[in-house]
Amino acid sequence: MKKRGIGIAAGMYGTAVMGGGDKSMAVIELRPDGGADLLLGSVDLGQGSTTVLAQMAAHELGIPYDCISVHAMDTAVGPFCAGTWGSRLTYVAGNAVVAAAREARQCLLEAAAPLLKASAVELDISEGKIVSRGNPEASMPVAEAVFKSPLIAGRGSYAPPMRLPDFTTGKGNCFHALAWGAAIAEVEVDTETGEVDLLRLACAYDAGRAINPMLVEGQIQGGAVMAQGQAMLEQLYPCYPTVDSQPQTFHDYIIPTAMDIPGIECRIHECPSPEGPYGAKGIGEITAVVPHPAIAEAICNAIGVRIDEIPITPEKILRALQR
Amino acid sequence: MSPELIGARMKRYGGLDHAAGRTQFVDDLRAPGMLAAKVLRSPVAKGDLLHIDTSAARGLPGVAAVITAADVPHNIYGPGRLADQPVLAQAIRFRGEPLAAVAAIDEDTAREALELIRIDIREQPAVFDPLEAMADGAPKVRPEGNLFLFGPHPFMYAGEKPCREICSGSLEQGFASADRIIEGEYRQASVEHAALEPQCCLAVPAPDGSLTVHTMSQHPWLHRMELCAVLQMAPHRVRSVSTAVGGGFGGKSDMHADPVAALLALKTGRPVKWRWTRQEELLYSTHRGAWRIRFRDAVTNDGRILARDVRSIRDGGAYACYNYGCIESHCSTVAGPYAIANVRIQGYLVYTNKPPAMTMRGFGVNEAAYACESQMNRIAAELGMDPLELRLINAYRNGDIMPNGHRLESVALVEVLQETARAAGIELPAHLQAMSSQARTGDL
Repeated sequence: MKKRGIGIAAGMYGTAVMGGGDKSMAVIELRPDGGADLLLGSVDLGQGSTTVLAQMAAHELGIPYDCISVHAMDTAVGPFCAGTWGSRLTYVAGNAVVAAAREARQCLLEAAAPLLKASAVELDISEGKIVSRGNPEASMPVAEAVFKSPLIAGRGSYAPPMRLPDFTTGKGNCFHALAWGAAIAEVEVDTETGEVDLLRLACAYDAGRAINPMLVEGQIQGGAVMAQGQAMLEQLYPCYPTVDSQPQTFHDYIIPTAMDIPGIECRIHECPSPEGPYGAKGIGEITAVVPHPAIAEAICNAIGVRIDEIPITPEKILRALQR
Repeated sequence: MSPELIGARMKRYGGLDHAAGRTQFVDDLRAPGMLAAKVLRSPVAKGDLLHIDTSAARGLPGVAAVITAADVPHNIYGPGRLADQPVLAQAIRFRGEPLAAVAAIDEDTAREALELIRIDIREQPAVFDPLEAMADGAPKVRPEGNLFLFGPHPFMYAGEKPCREICSGSLEQGFASADRIIEGEYRQASVEHAALEPQCCLAVPAPDGSLTVHTMSQHPWLHRMELCAVLQMAPHRVRSVSTAVGGGFGGKSDMHADPVAALLALKTGRPVKWRWTRQEELLYSTHRGAWRIRFRDAVTNDGRILARDVRSIRDGGAYACYNYGCIESHCSTVAGPYAIANVRIQGYLVYTNKPPAMTMRGFGVNEAAYACESQMNRIAAELGMDPLELRLINAYRNGDIMPNGHRLESVALVEVLQETARAAGIELPAHLQAMSSQARTGDL
């Protein structure tokens, strides 16, 4: 018989390192072709941090996104970054990039002011052009201003403020920018085979501010699939606690692939963080914190028996139904 | 300013190169004269390497170098003060721990050389179950014992406490006024990061003795420091390049391939690449540790949680490393995103003879959420209450204080719950729809 069930779960996850102090830096150099080189120490693992950081740089500089070249992940090229973990890049490296871009922008406006016979405060940069707010006639491409000036560059550095707990109580205001999330899963369980079909997953996450909603949705989908594997399929030690009969290939260590993935309804909520760039919070890990308990619960709900151990494999379902 | 860029669905930087197969990952890189590395791993989970004879392997045509623990300048790596893992082991603590490494003209020759290395190991009893490891008289994974001992302060690593403990309010008071006590124990399995790109490193020595390490690190800066400590080289003589990474999820927060590739490159004066197989990745790389988490809650019939007592046990594998931070972030969140006045949380980090459990997406919180949310669902079922309502009435609001002392701001749990319900097509009753994360006015 096929039985359906739903399950819900909620969660929270802090951005960057608890206690703070984890630094990231950025350097921006404008090029005489009107573009900019963004130098970072921050590694993009595929999640899209480079895209988000380039968006912030282009936004602050007033030049098109396509004009930003990112040079990262090389200790001989980029400045220090404490690393890609802890859901920290958009937030920490983002603040560093914004600071670097603002300094470079100021540097450019000051260099362009005498060229345009204006004062720097009157000038603005938009779509790759320096324009005077007072006198629309006075304008100059960024490329020309950079070419005629000494090096135009900016530096940025950011570390979330140190918030160490009290020495005697071990307590304190240690988190930065907690993000929030919730998920509801619906499954169909075949009570004869124990097979589970994850029908759909609805989730909402607080991104503070989604710098690039497409990439936030990517994190939501990726987190959901990782959690699906954790809830239904994956176990590195099938004979736990021993290390016997360990899987050695992707034939016996099964992770969800395209045919297993349900329809995922992604909602992005924006509750701005006071310290994040444009209000952004880290979204990388919260998205993998919520869905697995929702899926596990949906299975228990469908079969009417509690199983308090993930992954909930068909074998465990059949054993639970026999009890 | 171009305001339209923030919040815009800009195309992925370098996305076209990824899609067209033009992105170069570490394993795509070739260097002239490049050698291939392979590593001899321990066949036993616990023991002492009494003797190792590499002479036959060194004599095999095509072999450029064989290294053992004796060739590692500083044979210990890991993050800062918690560094505790040997690059090449003598005291063996898990099956598959590296004992020796070979650099040869190709992988087949290197593999053949491994078979010529003779080892003499005195095997000792191993322990795999964290509960057994915690018991008196259990075989010791490490000479100092099987429990990580915590300091009085979360950022003062080692100390004398058997667990990290976070308490607020009074458990006794909470349980005294409960309508019922609800208990549950939740277990979750170890899982693998399963990034598409397995561990790989290409180390290229320069004539001046400096070194470029092409790797796939989640933090090349910190890994360079760790690598320099192993090699006993000044940081400016080592360049770490992590240009394209094929997925991390925490599996690349620890150095895996770098030290061996670097040591062999320095010894031979030639570029050396060590690429892990998927089999090695599954059997011997770091992973999400298994947990066993027990909840005991004091609950009222109208769905308030008066007290929560949690005990978590993490199977940390054989080495400390980031396990410690994982316990801290776990203990700080395992009581869940719910306002509970009386809480006790105890988190144990237990060593077993497994590969070390390390960072993985969700870092202790993922496992906390599984247990806590399952317990919330158990409570809802026992009370006959809608699990959504149970969460909404207990959800953190702005200004609430967490058990670890954190005062909350920019809270949006009520709102994301409402939004999720809408996304799932569930219509909430008016009194739940009217809730918000606004600060509370009265007591809990």
